[in-house]
Amino acid sequence: MRYIDEYRSPDILKGQLERIGDHQNSISLMEVCGTHTMAISRAGLRPLLAPTVDLVSGPGCPVCVTSERDIGKAIAMAGMPDVILTTFGDMMRVPGPQGTLVEAASRGAAVKVVYSPLEALALAEKERDMRVVFLGVGFETTSPLTAAVTLQARERGLDNFYLLSLHKLIPPALRALVTMEGFGIDGFILPGHVSVIIGSEAYSFLPEEFDIPCAVAGFEAADILQAIIRIIEMKEGCPAVSIEYSRAVRPEGNPKALDIMNQVFEPEDAEWRGIGTIPGSGLRLREDFRHHDAGAWEVDVPPAQAESRCRCGDILCGRIKPPQCALFAGECTPENPVGPCMVSTEGTCASYYLYDYRKGDDLD
Amino acid sequence: MTEELVTMAHGGGGTRMRELLEEVVFPLLGEPLLMEAEDAAALTMPGERVAFTTDSFVVKPLFFPGGDIGKLAVCGTVNDLAMRGARPLYLTLGLILEEGLPFSVLEEVLRSCAEWSREAGVGIVTGDTKVVEKGMADGMYVNTAGIGVIGEGREVSIKGAAPGDILLVNGFIGDHEVSVIGEREGFDLQVSVRSDCAPLGGLVEAMQEAGDLHALRDPTRGGMAAALKEMASSSGTAVELVEEELPVREEVRAVCEMLGLDPLLLANEGKLVAAVPEEEAEKILEAMRGHSLGEDSALIGKVTDGRMGEVSIMTPLGSHRLLRMPSGEQFPRIC
Amino acid sequence: MCLAVPAEVLELKENDMALTELGGVRKDVSLMLVDDVKAGDYVLVHAGFAIEKIDKVEAEKTLELFEEIAKLDEVY
Repeated sequence: MRYIDEYRSPDILKGQLERIGDHQNSISLMEVCGTHTMAISRAGLRPLLAPTVDLVSGPGCPVCVTSERDIGKAIAMAGMPDVILTTFGDMMRVPGPQGTLVEAASRGAAVKVVYSPLEALALAEKERDMRVVFLGVGFETTSPLTAAVTLQARERGLDNFYLLSLHKLIPPALRALVTMEGFGIDGFILPGHVSVIIGSEAYSFLPEEFDIPCAVAGFEAADILQAIIRIIEMKEGCPAVSIEYSRAVRPEGNPKALDIMNQVFEPEDAEWRGIGTIPGSGLRLREDFRHHDAGAWEVDVPPAQAESRCRCGDILCGRIKPPQCALFAGECTPENPVGPCMVSTEGTCASYYLYDYRKGDDLD
Repeated sequence: MTEELVTMAHGGGGTRMRELLEEVVFPLLGEPLLMEAEDAAALTMPGERVAFTTDSFVVKPLFFPGGDIGKLAVCGTVNDLAMRGARPLYLTLGLILEEGLPFSVLEEVLRSCAEWSREAGVGIVTGDTKVVEKGMADGMYVNTAGIGVIGEGREVSIKGAAPGDILLVNGFIGDHEVSVIGEREGFDLQVSVRSDCAPLGGLVEAMQEAGDLHALRDPTRGGMAAALKEMASSSGTAVELVEEELPVREEVRAVCEMLGLDPLLLANEGKLVAAVPEEEAEKILEAMRGHSLGEDSALIGKVTDGRMGEVSIMTPLGSHRLLRMPSGEQFPRIC
Repeated sequence: MCLAVPAEVLELKENDMALTELGGVRKDVSLMLVDDVKAGDYVLVHAGFAIEKIDKVEAEKTLELFEEIAKLDEVY
């Protein structure tokens, strides 16, 4: 497969790993994006990077950071008699106050997994007497898509198409992270596909205000290793935001996608599960599109569960590693997840459990 | 039959049902014992050690590239028997039909059952038909039971995998599930991959002629991951796979990249994974490659005395990652 | 949120769509978020939409850089 296989060549990867290994000091880097966490785990990079590079997984996992109340809203809507809730597969097993979407479906709620929001639009066209709600999760990679689909809905007069926007933004979250007490990361591996949309200038505050070097990385192993090599170089030189995914990322991003996003959405404060409210970090539909906004519906949501000993918040901010949470691999497993970090297969804890952890290993 | 659609009356036990059996089911399946239409088929088993299995088939859509629910039912049942080292002999066929199912669909499925039971060397000797209301059964559900005999020294169990054994698979993994995904409404993917659905009795016999099989499993739902996990857990061993050796077609890889799926978790319907003694691996592999259902057979890993039930994969870089049992349905993802 | 794959554009279709191919698998994707796409281009596909065109020149440069790094280490 072109533009994929070449970047997985073991010869290249071995050379890159050696280059990283040559470096004397050890550093701690955060990969922001859940897809990066998965890619690193699948390629088996973590053990090969230690001890020079310690990788910490950040909060760029939309499934992990969607609040319990928001999932509760979606599940409540799915249970309404004339509603079909369409969603990306990722959300099906996230626990809300009433359980998960999978469980709601088994109780009779109309839930349909789609690969693309275009399918939700097509469904709205086909089922004119049903209200089709699309559960919009994801960061800036995905929000232009739901914006485009909402524009189409308006154009085609599909009044029965609604969007429940739970979209969030990465740069405000990064700002919140670096200003958190106890935050001690040497550099960021920035999300490649979010950056395709927003470009690299959006992150310039990181080196400029906080002296933190960052590299925008693609998702093949060679891309990730290259980003690490670059960050190490910048640590010794001058911190900046470096694009290491130039075949897809331009400094200005994708202006057309940004424009469509801005036509439909405006920023608002948003609640990040495990972290709290981050100002200006969410997207809501503009007034113009309120008639497609499921977020405006009156919905009965049961109260969220009381905070348990779940430490997803600390995990998402990179303060602790999964084995340091008392629930990890005991009460909290992929089969029985307590917190969001274990629910999503790309969540830090699930990824760690699925790919790295060995039963009986010493917990740090 | 003059009707074009199945109605509730066809399941009613009266004359309509009689007509259905005598004019459609029996002629298409063409099995003498079946046509005796007794309450049960009386059989004499050529041996004392009997393998007995049951399965239900609810696949959607009913027809997919490389197969249909009928072929799936026959092969799936035959393969369960073959995985125990048994020679499959007789099958039952229970049909649950949705009211309104076109007769042409039923006939097509029955023709497929007849064709594949002949291919597999089994007889469909007894069966049952029920009709349920419109909206149930997704067109048609099929239930089967299968019976076969295990010859002297031929019995295989998944408990038999032993440290040092080599793991073999008879070809490309993930084909079946991808062929069905392509047909699934909404995903709008055009794939040319066909289901690998096939009866494996003959392949297993060829393998047993060539050497000793310690354990066998067919990786259906849950894919290779589930099959290997079960094999490792049951036999108290660990399994180590070599990622580079796993045979996966480019199209299947592409679909997995697009939808965020893992080939090891995809269902197969014409595959087996075998744990064989190291010294016999080459001979058995050769026998597999000489068989039409094993041309792309590969050596994919080994059984070790590591942590019980653990399945790990060695990446092309030499590092290891763990494979866990999938907890439920694999959904496509965007993250 | 970042699962996107590079696919080749085979032909443009109506309604701002294009037929693309990756590894022999074909899929229609929306071009609503990109401009100036033609057959033979490669695009990054996320959830049924092309989100960017792959810059073939940059892709080549990147690969060369990676290969440089790999070779350099052989010398050591």
